[in-house]
Amino acid sequence: MNAAFLVVILALLWAGTTGSFSGLNLLFGGVIGGVAVLLLRQSLANSVHLRRARQALSLLGLFLYELMASAVRVALVVLRPDMNKVIQPAIVAVPLSAKSDVQITMLANLITLTPGTLSVDLSPDRSVLYVHALTMGDRDAMIADIKNGFEKKVLEVFE
Amino acid sequence: MLHSLALYVGGIVLLAGSLFVLMAAIGVLRLPDLYTRMHAASKAGAVGGGLILLAVAVLGQDAAIAVRAVIGIVFLLLTTPLSAHLLARASYLAGYKPGSETVADDIAINAEQNSANK
Repeated sequence: MNAAFLVVILALLWAGTTGSFSGLNLLFGGVIGGVAVLLLRQSLANSVHLRRARQALSLLGLFLYELMASAVRVALVVLRPDMNKVIQPAIVAVPLSAKSDVQITMLANLITLTPGTLSVDLSPDRSVLYVHALTMGDRDAMIADIKNGFEKKVLEVFE
Repeated sequence: MLHSLALYVGGIVLLAGSLFVLMAAIGVLRLPDLYTRMHAASKAGAVGGGLILLAVAVLGQDAAIAVRAVIGIVFLLLTTPLSAHLLARASYLAGYKPGSETVADDIAINAEQNSANK
C-alpha cells in the first residue's frame, strides 16, 4: 500500500515537473516511479524517511484544516455586531518542549495561522512562547491544545 | 464539460477568496488594537489570498500557471505568519500595550517577576 502511494506521488510529481497532466504522461510517470520504487525497495522497506514523510503529510493536513477553521472563525467574530463583548484578547505564556530553532520557528508559524492564536514573543531563555489569543476561553485548555496538537506533531517531524 | 466545471469551481473559489479578504479588511477596521487586528490580517488575509491563487490555478487551464500559483500559495502561507509575528513582537517591544479589553498579559507579569528577582 505504501509503495502504491509512493508511485502515485511520484507520477504526480513527474507530471508536475514536465508540465503536462495528460493521461499518457501520468502513466509514463507512474512507470518510472514504479521502476524507482522497485529498485529502492530494500532501503524503503524500513526507512525512517518514509515514516517522516507520512508524519509531515499528517502535519500538513492538520495545518490546512486548522487554517480554514481559523479564517472562518475570525471572519465570524469580525462580522458580529456585539464584537467587543465576544472578544477576550489575552497574552498567554505557553511553556515549550521544543528546543531547536527549526522546531520553535515551525511551531510559532503554525500557531499564528491557527484558530484564535498569534505568537507574539519568545522568552529570552527560549522556554516560553508568548501567544496572543483573540477569544480566550480557558487558559489551561488552550495551552493543552497547542501542546497536544501542533507541538507533538512538530516534535515528531523535526526531531 | 470539464472546462465548464473548472470554470464554476474556479469562480466559486475566487468569490470565497474575495470574501475572506473583505472579512480581513473589515476586521482590521473593527478590532480594537494591533494584536487583535493582526489576527484578522494574518489569517483571513492569508486564506483569502491563497484561495484567489488557487482559483487562478484552476481557471488558468495551464500546468505552468498552476504550478506557479501553488508555489505562490506556499510562500504566502510561509511568510504571512512571519510578518504578523514580527509586527506583533516589534510593537510589543516598542511599548504598544494591548488594548483595555485584554484580560491577561503574561509578558508583563513575567517581566515584573524577572525584575523583582534581580
